[in-house]
Amino acid sequence: MPDQSVLPRQFRVVGQRKRRPDGIDKVTGRARFGADMTAPGMLWGLVLRSPHPHARIRSIDTSKAEALPGVKAVVTGRDFEGGERDDVSINCMAGGKALYDGHAVAAVAATSKHAARAALKLIEVDYEVLPHVTDVDAAMQPDAPLLHEDMVTDGLQPPPDRPSNIAARHEIGHGDVETGFAEADEIVELSFKTEATHQGYIEPHACVASVSPDGSADLWVCTQGHFMVRNVCAAMLGLESSQLRVTASEIGGGFGGKTTVFIEPVALALSRKANRPVKMQMTRAEVFRATGPTASSSVDCRVGVTKDGRITAAQAELRYQGGAFAGAGADMGAMAIFTPYDIAHVKAVAWDVVTNRPKLAAYRAPGAPMAAFAAESTLDEAARRIGMDPLELRLKNAAREGTKAAYGPTFPRIGLTACLEAVRDSAHYKAPLGPNQGRGLACGFWFNFGGETCTTVNVNKDGTIGLSVGTPDIGGSRASMCAMAAEEFGVPYEKVRTVIADTASLGYNDVTDGSRVTFSSGLATIQASRQAIKRLCQRAAIMWGIDEEAVVWEDGHAKPASPNAGDFAPLSLAEIAAESANTGGPIAGHHEVNAEGAGVSFGVHLCDLEVDPETGFVKVLRYTAAQDAGKAVNPDYVEGQMQGGSAQGIGWALNEGYVYGEDGKLQNAGFLDYRIPVASDLPMIDAIIVEEPNPGHPYGVRGVGETSIAPPLAAVGNAIRAATGVRLTETPMAPPRILAALDAKVGDPDGRMTGQERDAPGKKARDGLPDDGLP
Amino acid sequence: MRYEAPETLDAAVALLAGESGVAKVLAGGTDLLVQLRSGMLEPALVVDIKRIPETRRIDAEAGGFRIGAAVTGAEMGEHEELVAAWPGVVEAMELIGSTQIQGRATPGGNLCNASPAADCVPALAAAGATARIVGPDGSRELAVEDLVEGPGKIRLKRGEFVASLFLPERAAGQGDAYLRFIPRTEMDIAVVGAGVCLTLDGDGRCTAARVALGAVGPRVILAEEAAAGLVGTTLDEAALEALAAATSAAATPIDDKRGTTDFRRKVVGVLARRAAAVARDRAQGEKA
Repeated sequence: MPDQSVLPRQFRVVGQRKRRPDGIDKVTGRARFGADMTAPGMLWGLVLRSPHPHARIRSIDTSKAEALPGVKAVVTGRDFEGGERDDVSINCMAGGKALYDGHAVAAVAATSKHAARAALKLIEVDYEVLPHVTDVDAAMQPDAPLLHEDMVTDGLQPPPDRPSNIAARHEIGHGDVETGFAEADEIVELSFKTEATHQGYIEPHACVASVSPDGSADLWVCTQGHFMVRNVCAAMLGLESSQLRVTASEIGGGFGGKTTVFIEPVALALSRKANRPVKMQMTRAEVFRATGPTASSSVDCRVGVTKDGRITAAQAELRYQGGAFAGAGADMGAMAIFTPYDIAHVKAVAWDVVTNRPKLAAYRAPGAPMAAFAAESTLDEAARRIGMDPLELRLKNAAREGTKAAYGPTFPRIGLTACLEAVRDSAHYKAPLGPNQGRGLACGFWFNFGGETCTTVNVNKDGTIGLSVGTPDIGGSRASMCAMAAEEFGVPYEKVRTVIADTASLGYNDVTDGSRVTFSSGLATIQASRQAIKRLCQRAAIMWGIDEEAVVWEDGHAKPASPNAGDFAPLSLAEIAAESANTGGPIAGHHEVNAEGAGVSFGVHLCDLEVDPETGFVKVLRYTAAQDAGKAVNPDYVEGQMQGGSAQGIGWALNEGYVYGEDGKLQNAGFLDYRIPVASDLPMIDAIIVEEPNPGHPYGVRGVGETSIAPPLAAVGNAIRAATGVRLTETPMAPPRILAALDAKVGDPDGRMTGQERDAPGKKARDGLPDDGLP
Repeated sequence: MRYEAPETLDAAVALLAGESGVAKVLAGGTDLLVQLRSGMLEPALVVDIKRIPETRRIDAEAGGFRIGAAVTGAEMGEHEELVAAWPGVVEAMELIGSTQIQGRATPGGNLCNASPAADCVPALAAAGATARIVGPDGSRELAVEDLVEGPGKIRLKRGEFVASLFLPERAAGQGDAYLRFIPRTEMDIAVVGAGVCLTLDGDGRCTAARVALGAVGPRVILAEEAAAGLVGTTLDEAALEALAAATSAAATPIDDKRGTTDFRRKVVGVLARRAAAVARDRAQGEKA
């Protein structure tokens, strides 16, 4: 809201470390997650998935499965032809082709899991196996297997005359990079690759769908956005929005991965066909094979610096694949890559590529971590070239208020410099290091989002507050909503209860994404509370028989505005609420908004680690994350977001990554070989909250959920470089890769590795990045 | 699928021998139940051996220990005499899984699952352990390293199963150790494993050695040449470096999602060298 002004103020509840209202239920097991719902007469739904990475589906014979006792419905792509058949729909159930290993091709609902499993084996799919491609650079080659006959690259002039796997080209920047590089004393150019990672949420997707013969339907589901689920599923099934009520369960992790649908429309289609409720619950292998991991990337990065540490130019080409459908998020990477710095000449070109992999979903700052890995590793190398402290180099070039970002905006008040100074002044930054240990620094950026939000607050007759929001709580947001409402009303935190209302109970709310909930649901909560307070003042005026303008709200009480207004003892919220039947009925407040002014967020991470030179094993010794929260409504959960993003980023850096075989099949669809960090792998992550108030929020709040995953890849890589002398340019930076790099260093005594040369398909000439045209 | 939980060895043998379809033995279930749930296996019969007393005891025998096939890792870790005598075997067992898994996982299961990466197998082989196999023709003892044929395959006849393991008496001046490499700190599977058992004389000279390697071949590798190279040395740096080189040479690893051939070959030598140093210190009576 551009009209929000940030006044320094004393907060009473906001800023305190309050216990989260959903905590007890979650630690005792009382909380109900996606898989905890059952319904009378419920069937079990299971999905048949393609064993091939790319295959034409000649035919599907379901007759034997349908004849099996206990089987009540079988659906295939045909059952979805009546509704909207866009990428999301085709991803949920294949059409003419299976586009990746794990792509859904049919589903059954049966009276038991056992019968459903048996039925899957009886479905006969006639596949014509096609050549496949899973690597982004390989997919860009002219002779690569083509996924979509009708995919013509968007954003090229003139438009290509033939289809390819390149969905789009984007370019952002300002100035003239060649001019900037001509001013540089040193130019560092490196190429990077990152493998796809998965959010690794512990709760697999699960839902219960029940479609009535009258056409109305209910869906219980773990999701980050039940309104999105309603709209998407209704469109796919040809329902009206009012016919489908979606209730969000508690969520066992999402991190962006539950911002779309997978099994939900399938469960509804099965339920409609069977005329029975249908429960579906993914296995862990299904989660890995057929939900939405990140893009994998291939990035060329070039940075020019003067001897005294001014960045004169920065250029990058980013190639991302996001699975079998357009939308790999390379454009977001290009927009984010050099944004922490004030650089006169910037150019970033992004290529959005499709491959035979599952369609990506969001994962914390989607597109930014791979971009930051490239930019922050290259900058680290540039600092070495000119002999400057890497933090000093960043401080010298840091974006500040008034800096024009290459993606467009001129920044208002931002907190990057404050984060850098906080890290510089930390005990960690000055701590000594031992043998085989190294320290790495990296910055990160995320845009943050506001979006459509609709919130209702009800004043109960006993003086408590009921708050209904439409944004699923994935990081403690109910606690923050309670705090903000309590702050406004002047009642204790414990007197407010926040629920996530279903889709029939509130207007549309965007998905919980873009770090938007504490910002925009918070903003709507504050405004709805203020509306309710206005009404409380009106009711007090009625009770006192004075003008409502003569009543003010202070410390949870209505008071006469001045002695002239009359001599009345203050009325508490509870006293006014108790009388509400006599003063006009229930008291409530409401606010709806398409929130703008989310406020960008920056973070700075510092990582110490030790590398075993004989095995390549990396032990992270110490880790500090500083981030601008604007105003931390609940510091515990802000720190939790910073720590969680750091932990996930460290995992991405060191050991996480999708492994595809030559056969195009995913080889590590489980938590044994998809290695997220376990608790003993990480030190306590120190979180430094920086508070540069966001002018777009009444309390100055900025989103904090995503920025923290952007810096760790480079912070870890830079620390490995410092510890070993070798520059790793590919994730995961797992022990075999580190040991191979260490062995390659033998014979390179000064240890100045400028990146592992790769013969990756799609790589181009090293000197000067070609910036236009197809590779 | 039929589930049976017999209470005697003979009854278990009779059940296994009488099943014409796929029959599986259930001890802790930390591998078998996962395989059942994933659909990898659909046995006709599952025989749970945990109600058979002989599979659930650790008994003193001939100066050594007879460990029931269904004894858990946690129980081995709590057995003070066993820990004192064979710390390498016990630490290998205790590396498997989490605290909860340790309450279920068994050495018999780890052996018979026949994973090339099984942690306790190299440690058992280095210690010279044998397995007691019971079957329709009575019982027999087989060296642990001879039981495993290849990934997922063991040399048992229809109706046979492993009832117990035997660890011999720990000789004077003997020490053992097991080390594995994983990219994390726990809850993982060995990318490389190395078990070493050494005997030293009063002058600190090695008189006997066994070196067994995991996850660098289709089955546990007894690196006999590498071990022989230690005999007669004082396990000084040169001897340990020679051990590392000989161990790397004995390994026959593959490239897979967990590690490359080069990585495994190099690291198995590093681990053998480090494990030998630990075993040496233990043999000399140092707590390690």
